[in-house]
Amino acid sequence: MQWLHAVPWDLLLIQTINGIVTGMILALVASGLTLIFGIMDVVNFAHGEFLMLGAYIAVLTIVATHSFWLALIIASLGTALIGALVYVTTLRPLLGRDPLTTILATFGISLVLQNYALWQFGPVARKIPEPFTGSIAVFHLDYSLYRLMIAGLSAAIIGGFWLFLKFGIWGIWIRATTQDRIMAQAMGIPVPWVLAGVFAIGSAMAGASGVLFGPLVGVDHAMGFDWILRAFIVVVVGGMGSLGGSVLAALFISLLEAYSSLWVSPAQAGIVSFVVLILTLLFRPTGLFVATPK
Amino acid sequence: MTPNGAAADPLLQVEDIHTHYGKSHILHGVSLDVGRGEVVGLLGRNGVGKSTTLKAIAGIVHPSAGRVLFEGRAITNLPAHRLARLGIGYVPEDRRIFPQLTVIENLRTGLDRHGVTTARKKELLDKSYGYFPVLAERRNQFGGTLSGGEQQMLAIARAMMLEPKIILLDEPTEGLMPRMVSQIRDIIGVLHRDGVAVLLVEQNVPLTLDAGQRIYIIEKGVVRHHAPAAELRADDAPIHRYMGV
Amino acid sequence: MRDRQPIIFWSGFAVIVALLIASPLLLPPFWSRFVTEILIWGLVAMSSDLLIGYTGMVSFGHSAFFGLGMYGAAFVLLETKPPSLWAALTAGLLAAAAVAAFVAYFSTRLRDIYFAITTLIFSQIFYIVIFTWTELTGGENGLTFSRPALAIPGLFTLRFTPMVLHWFVLAIVVLSYLLLRRVTQSPFGMVLQSIRENEARTRAIGYPIERYKIVAVMLSGLFAGLAGVLYALQNQFAAPNFVFFVLSGEVVIYNVIGGIGTLVGPIVGAAFFLLLREGLSRFFTEYYLIPVGLMFIAMVIFMPQGLLGFARRWLNR
Repeated sequence: MQWLHAVPWDLLLIQTINGIVTGMILALVASGLTLIFGIMDVVNFAHGEFLMLGAYIAVLTIVATHSFWLALIIASLGTALIGALVYVTTLRPLLGRDPLTTILATFGISLVLQNYALWQFGPVARKIPEPFTGSIAVFHLDYSLYRLMIAGLSAAIIGGFWLFLKFGIWGIWIRATTQDRIMAQAMGIPVPWVLAGVFAIGSAMAGASGVLFGPLVGVDHAMGFDWILRAFIVVVVGGMGSLGGSVLAALFISLLEAYSSLWVSPAQAGIVSFVVLILTLLFRPTGLFVATPK
Repeated sequence: MTPNGAAADPLLQVEDIHTHYGKSHILHGVSLDVGRGEVVGLLGRNGVGKSTTLKAIAGIVHPSAGRVLFEGRAITNLPAHRLARLGIGYVPEDRRIFPQLTVIENLRTGLDRHGVTTARKKELLDKSYGYFPVLAERRNQFGGTLSGGEQQMLAIARAMMLEPKIILLDEPTEGLMPRMVSQIRDIIGVLHRDGVAVLLVEQNVPLTLDAGQRIYIIEKGVVRHHAPAAELRADDAPIHRYMGV
Repeated sequence: MRDRQPIIFWSGFAVIVALLIASPLLLPPFWSRFVTEILIWGLVAMSSDLLIGYTGMVSFGHSAFFGLGMYGAAFVLLETKPPSLWAALTAGLLAAAAVAAFVAYFSTRLRDIYFAITTLIFSQIFYIVIFTWTELTGGENGLTFSRPALAIPGLFTLRFTPMVLHWFVLAIVVLSYLLLRRVTQSPFGMVLQSIRENEARTRAIGYPIERYKIVAVMLSGLFAGLAGVLYALQNQFAAPNFVFFVLSGEVVIYNVIGGIGTLVGPIVGAAFFLLLREGLSRFFTEYYLIPVGLMFIAMVIFMPQGLLGFARRWLNR
């Protein structure tokens, strides 16, 4: 049993917690994406930019009010609004067309939003201060309480949303529209509003994750890109349209990445998620975490 | 019924509608009407445009020419969800119930409307369970797990939750066992008793002649024949002529 | 009238080529070099059009093909003494072809969105590998090298002045266009277009569409890699940012702006975009992408056929 001492338990535990923390944020980002895809078959290339916008709105709000929590709320509402606007002006006209046009359009939107942020805020990263300091002792290291809170809050948001889907009236409307858009209309559900609403909610989720994640890294115009790639992978691996699948996939991938970064550089650990995607596409293209392959 | 065979108190009037699907011209000028509380049958072979006619009325397909009037108002290009709220219920071919919603959630999609009190909702639900006891039994089961016949019941019950003035039924008996076919016949009777108009598209001729008051026969995207059901029950030559049965 | 169309087309073509031949003589050095770059990016865009316009597959992976063509040539130019142009070309093409085969194998079995995302991810995989494998690729700093000579052993040796380089690039781009044109008009090309129109039907008829798609991706990757080699020759360096997916995105923009399915459209799109960037950067510096992005979105919505789209049928005759 000598080898048990050689295993870096403390590092593994830290990485497990790190993996869960990042995983929950990733899950929040991916939930928005998978929601949008599930209901309107749109892959929103600009989703990462909503994350970025949320973070920037929070920066501005904190400068004005010094309240992190207020910033979180305002950023979420703000990105919801911007999302709804983007949907109505740019995506709704494209709904019936070739799915490739929505990829191109959202790519264009991502370009515009990123450069707009660069223009307005400049290239220097901004900071969102953590709402509270303090840490908890894990082995001989101090683990930030804030990070733990992020994981908890993300889980709460996703959980809350899941409850809303299951039990609220609008939740039934959203689920019905996702399952059969035409019959939803035939039942009097105002589908155009539902679609805009879902896009807004998905964007708000991205915005909220931007605020939560903001204190961990700097806020800059390009922060969305990293997330969007991994969120895509999570959505595909978790099964497109599946909320639960995204959460599981996000945790899975983040944990794998966290563990690999014990041995390789973080940049190279990024390849882990790519490899998982490729394997999923080869063997279980409908999603690793989807019950039965369709 | 007026002397020329049209409905006396028209609820729904379809005037000379044409539809296209890409380059295909499906409906070449279909006209029909349905009176308040009337049961009207629409017969025709496969592919002649019966389903398309219903879709055009329900707002799922938009006519490229012609008009549709409901209670005297033109509704031709209104979106389907507005038409549902105006009182047009639609039960499509292959049912299309929401597979990942439970039976009661399926019914709620029609129940949860503006201006319906909780008491009324309970009334409507109980009424449904009365007509379709099997739905009461399976109320918390997912729609996708129901059998074909049960899904048909659910699809009709769901449309009834809208408290519609007219229900469009697209081949409700297709693929059903005879026992269920007579259940459908009973339901049509119930709707008629409740004053709900029914536009029934079917290939099952005996059922249609029995349940309907007036019959239209469509062939190749146009109405070829139009007569009271009684007339066709007596002399079904037109049916053979246009449906080739 | 039908008999006159090819004559009109080819005379127009000849005029444009003549102008391009003359450009280093007519334009100041900065702009002449600009034209050369437009040709190179036009080649990448053209290669991408084979996929987007003719097969209906949007690829975000062209930066990988381009980048590897560039690095392939770079390696050879650094290793061989004296640096051999033809070896560099071959190496670049081989590298691009290998990458294309790899990407094609995994991605072509996927439809639209999944294909686009997967090609993007492959782009990023290669980016990360190149960026972090510093010993081999110079990492962030890339590789620098000198231009070889344009030499056919035994016949002649020419130094690659900007003028000679321009004509070399022009010759290659023109040849590529003619080749690609032949391909799109061949039975193979017809099958590709039928895949774009209705994949299910084409498969039902009996065509092994995965195989056609793989060949299409490889061809596309080959020409993109060729452009990468030309770029390496022109600028004498290879850097990882050319493998970053943003380049793929820009290529897609050239395609959409210029008009997909026209082969020359994307070259026009590249020219339009690059000129716009040059012009707008005088006013907006780095933020030129905002108006360009807005324009791009507007075109996707209102003018999806692009600048030359109206002439699409005519250009494909």
